[in-house]
Amino acid sequence: MARLIRMDGTGHSTLAEWTDQDDAAFEAAVQEFRGQLDLGYIGTVPDGPGSAAHVRDLPREADLVILRRPIAGG
Amino acid sequence: MSASAPALPELGQVPWRERTDARFLARHGRWWRVSTALYTAPLAVGSVAMVAFEPITLPVALATAAHAWMIPELYAFRGASVVRAKGPRNERAEPVAQGLLADLLGHDARDLQRRTGLALEHGTLGTWLVGEAGALLVSPGAKRVHCFCVRVPEPELPPSDRIAHLLLALRTDEEGFATVANHAFCGAPWRVRRRLPKPMRPALDVARERARAEAR
Repeated sequence: MARLIRMDGTGHSTLAEWTDQDDAAFEAAVQEFRGQLDLGYIGTVPDGPGSAAHVRDLPREADLVILRRPIAGG
Repeated sequence: MSASAPALPELGQVPWRERTDARFLARHGRWWRVSTALYTAPLAVGSVAMVAFEPITLPVALATAAHAWMIPELYAFRGASVVRAKGPRNERAEPVAQGLLADLLGHDARDLQRRTGLALEHGTLGTWLVGEAGALLVSPGAKRVHCFCVRVPEPELPPSDRIAHLLLALRTDEEGFATVANHAFCGAPWRVRRRLPKPMRPALDVARERARAEAR
């Protein structure tokens, strides 16, 4: 089961879950993902030790997609 | 397929900055060394000259020499402060955030982070230690530590989520991460270490050891 999570004030929230076979669940996750991007979140896929990728579209094959806030110099 | 982008999206906030690569960091390190010499050498030489020419000026010479010692120490304090714990602790949400951060880190890095509050990460620029609102980069060979001030401006996030934000950005685009961050200090590891909170010092020791090993 793949998950779309958002890091927030609760630690993190699971916004959507989907499987390869469930088109409806994936479509709902895509809508949720786009809505979060519109709010300013950034989609990131941890894709192995020490590596992550920024994504603009929800990747169906990913196990975990994390939404994070933009960082800035302090 | 997803549309993935290699560059950090936050780079759009700082289009005027030169991309921070290994050459940029080496040049920046040399500049720090030269500027440190420029503001400490006159004070140190002046204090010796004062005593040589007029021994009665010893108290003033001592104060001048103290300034020569103190100014780099203040800079180092500023550098080490980037990784100090800051902001609300959000203790209710922290265990959940700690779980996610633990999933992102390997076994050894997870233990180190729990003990010291700093997440160890290997990169092409060196060995990183990521804190809640900043990061230290130990250069290959462990001759220098670069201190970066960088944060996620969301105070309601628990501390481990703040670290996870920085870690994910670093893993997405290391040079982009260093470009977005503000460079607060660059200097010898011993100078930064003595200004770090005591519980964090073992993390710098591990990072120095890794940086030395990788340079061999």
